[in-house]
Amino acid sequence: MTLLLDVQAVSKSFGGLHVNENVSFSLSAGDRVALIGPNGAGKTTLVNVLTGDLPPTSGRLIFCGEDITKLSIENRVQRGLARTFQITRLFKTLTAAENVALAVMQRRRITSRFFSPATDLPGVREEWQELLSILGVSHLAHRPVASLAYGQQRLLEMAIGLALHPKVLLLDEPGAGVPHDEAPKILEALDRLPKDIAVLMIEHDMDLVFKFAKRVLVLAGGRLIFEGTPESVTADHEVRRAYLGSYADASRGS
Amino acid sequence: MRTILSIGVDAAAYGMVLFIISIGLSIMMGLMRVVNLAHGAFAMIGGYIASYVLQDYGLGYGVAIAVAVAGTIVLAYPLDLLLYRRIYRNSDELTQVLLTIGITFLIIGVANYLLGPTSKTIPLPPSLSGPTDIGFRMVPTHRIFVIICGVVTALALWFLIEKTEFGIRLRAAVDHNQMADALGIRTEIIYSATFALAVGLGAFGGVVGAEILPIEPFYALRYMVTFLVVVSVGGAGSIGGALAASLLLGLADTTGKYLAPEFGEFFFYLAVILIVFLFPRGLFGRAY
Amino acid sequence: MSMLQTSATPRSAGLPLQRELVGGLTVAVLGVVGYFLFPDDLAFLTRLVALALLVLSLDLVTGYCGIATLGHAAIFGVAAYAAGNACIAGMKDPIALLGVGIVAGVAMGLVSGVLIARFRQLPQLVLSIAFGQLIAALANKLSSVTGGSDGLAGIEPAPVLGIFGFDLYSRTAFVFSLTVLVIVFMVLLRFVNSPFGLLCRGIRDDDLRARMIGASVYPRLIVMYCVSGAVAGLGGALMAITTGVVGLDSVGFERSAEALVMLVLGGTGNLWGGLVGTIIFQIFAHVVSATNPFHWIMLVGLLLILIVVFAPRGIVYSAVTLFNRMFRREVAS
Repeated sequence: MTLLLDVQAVSKSFGGLHVNENVSFSLSAGDRVALIGPNGAGKTTLVNVLTGDLPPTSGRLIFCGEDITKLSIENRVQRGLARTFQITRLFKTLTAAENVALAVMQRRRITSRFFSPATDLPGVREEWQELLSILGVSHLAHRPVASLAYGQQRLLEMAIGLALHPKVLLLDEPGAGVPHDEAPKILEALDRLPKDIAVLMIEHDMDLVFKFAKRVLVLAGGRLIFEGTPESVTADHEVRRAYLGSYADASRGS
Repeated sequence: MRTILSIGVDAAAYGMVLFIISIGLSIMMGLMRVVNLAHGAFAMIGGYIASYVLQDYGLGYGVAIAVAVAGTIVLAYPLDLLLYRRIYRNSDELTQVLLTIGITFLIIGVANYLLGPTSKTIPLPPSLSGPTDIGFRMVPTHRIFVIICGVVTALALWFLIEKTEFGIRLRAAVDHNQMADALGIRTEIIYSATFALAVGLGAFGGVVGAEILPIEPFYALRYMVTFLVVVSVGGAGSIGGALAASLLLGLADTTGKYLAPEFGEFFFYLAVILIVFLFPRGLFGRAY
Repeated sequence: MSMLQTSATPRSAGLPLQRELVGGLTVAVLGVVGYFLFPDDLAFLTRLVALALLVLSLDLVTGYCGIATLGHAAIFGVAAYAAGNACIAGMKDPIALLGVGIVAGVAMGLVSGVLIARFRQLPQLVLSIAFGQLIAALANKLSSVTGGSDGLAGIEPAPVLGIFGFDLYSRTAFVFSLTVLVIVFMVLLRFVNSPFGLLCRGIRDDDLRARMIGASVYPRLIVMYCVSGAVAGLGGALMAITTGVVGLDSVGFERSAEALVMLVLGGTGNLWGGLVGTIIFQIFAHVVSATNPFHWIMLVGLLLILIVVFAPRGIVYSAVTLFNRMFRREVAS
């Protein structure tokens, strides 16, 4: 297995508040990993540190053998570390097709072109059409994103993630807010992710976690308290204590 | 030495006027996240009212200040109700800029239509108009009065925000807007009260500073940038920041005018660009 | 609706360059209509064209990138002074002078972009105003270059292509300006629908998201500012060439604010909006400005408030929406 992302003793604190403490794990090609933990465990902060949105207080991030701890957000994306957002953050005045096409063009480094028609470029067009059809939203291609239902926006968010051809994809609660009847589409989309990329999914929905993940990381109080198979996670005493009790509340609450 | 002292007193007085007017804008920006370009127009309205009360009714200076502050709040309140509420917190800054520039233009036009294009004087009472001996030099009494007003304003605001129930609610609303909503703190009422406070401070500054920033219709446009710069340099919502920024900019501007009158403005804006570019959150402020 | 179509919807059957040709032709027709509506006021129409270029330029940064700036006239004014001085120094050819305007505009756009596009919100706004005021203060003081408050006079360009001399009735000036506008408009229609234009609109919507697809935001905005500078520079140079004078008002705060008013009147993020806004505002101003200038400022203020409250997306959008609603109702009944 090729080692893709190596997280080495990452800590993040705000003032005196330690949100992540000494978190270490690694992702290899083909990994399907879920990161779970009760609310306030520091999951989103960890994702923001991985993407470069927040600098870590200490620790290192190695991506494909290169130290990326100090690289900017966009440089990490260009190297193949992409994410989706928990709260859908699409380009809201653009159409669905334009959203995906933009990601495709950015990956191909052709967004500096001044005088060619954007979404019709040969190659680009086929690619966004294929991505939209994979996620089953082809019929929405020319609708402005702001007019789409929340679940549809989530699917589009996935399409953008895929369009970037990442080596490592961070999915921040892909299932959150998706209506029940559209949830299978999310799973289907997860199934279609290229086999050789590593995926780290942050998720509250345990059904999705069990169906998707081959390995589970549990974050509680900013620390990684468990790493193992989905089957063993429910049996782990510490996890039950730290997590599953409040999970019942969290799932009911959200 | 004489020049340095003159610059010092003038700079301090000018800085204090900037502070009294701008602090209202700063608090409003810190709380409501609104870029209010019309703030100077409220200071101008205060000046006009004071001038009117003093000249046409011959009432005392203190009464004129009180009437100006109250009158400006009354005149501005409909604007809060009808227009400003649309742009608090959740609107993009282009909308805020457009709406508040529109309000500024409207007030300039109305002021000129009703009161004419010439500048209005606000006669000082005899006790404030002469020079005062501060031991080793004579200084215009009005300058000292303005400086005292500034210090008193800063202390009163500090007390209001740090020590009173209103201040606690206000800070809660600034730091955790949604949480304040959830806790049942009526942000709407706090917004209105803050708007009144901001407008009142503007009017107060407009009156006591009229010797330094003369009241005329284009006042609102002429000093629009200056007030905005104070907030930007000091950091929105910070009293200490606004005070320091006002004094700093007052010093820079006054020094420029004394030493290089030809290029005073140029150096002022150059300093502003450098400071804002290097410290986008203000020299002393929190993130805006 | 087809006129409003800025999004790059693939058209099933369309000639290549169809949108650009239709756009250019429409502007040309508008110009011809203007020519016959205001035959005695071609100087006014010429001025309108120069200002339209300024507004289109502003639309590129404000409408397409979401940068709220109150210092855009600095670019326009400096280009006008540059072209004026070049002409006085002996460079008489109008097309070469346009080149001078473009170069000056790009240079100013670069500086503006570096300063203004760095941040968002309050610092951005303050930097834009301070930069505009800085240039205005310089223009006021450097009277050897700008003529100070008297303005820079004596700009007498040679005939266009050596054939068409600038006449008293501004016929040549108008046709020359209109030609420039038609070409610029067509180029911009192509430009804003390019991958680069699409990325800028993405940055406007959400700059963090744009970085998360791997785009570096700040350099892109600087590039856009340079393009915008070229367009504003063309406008400034045209103003200098066709009026023969450059005044301090070309760089002032009021010019920047007025450009913003015209842009939002028509609608941001849409080249047609900028154009329509300029036309309506300037005709309105032309008719009313004979009265007291203070009444004028009151009207502009009122107009701004009304736009924000009732037509926040500009009148082009509102008109199209209204038209669609009426049209649909007709179909339904």
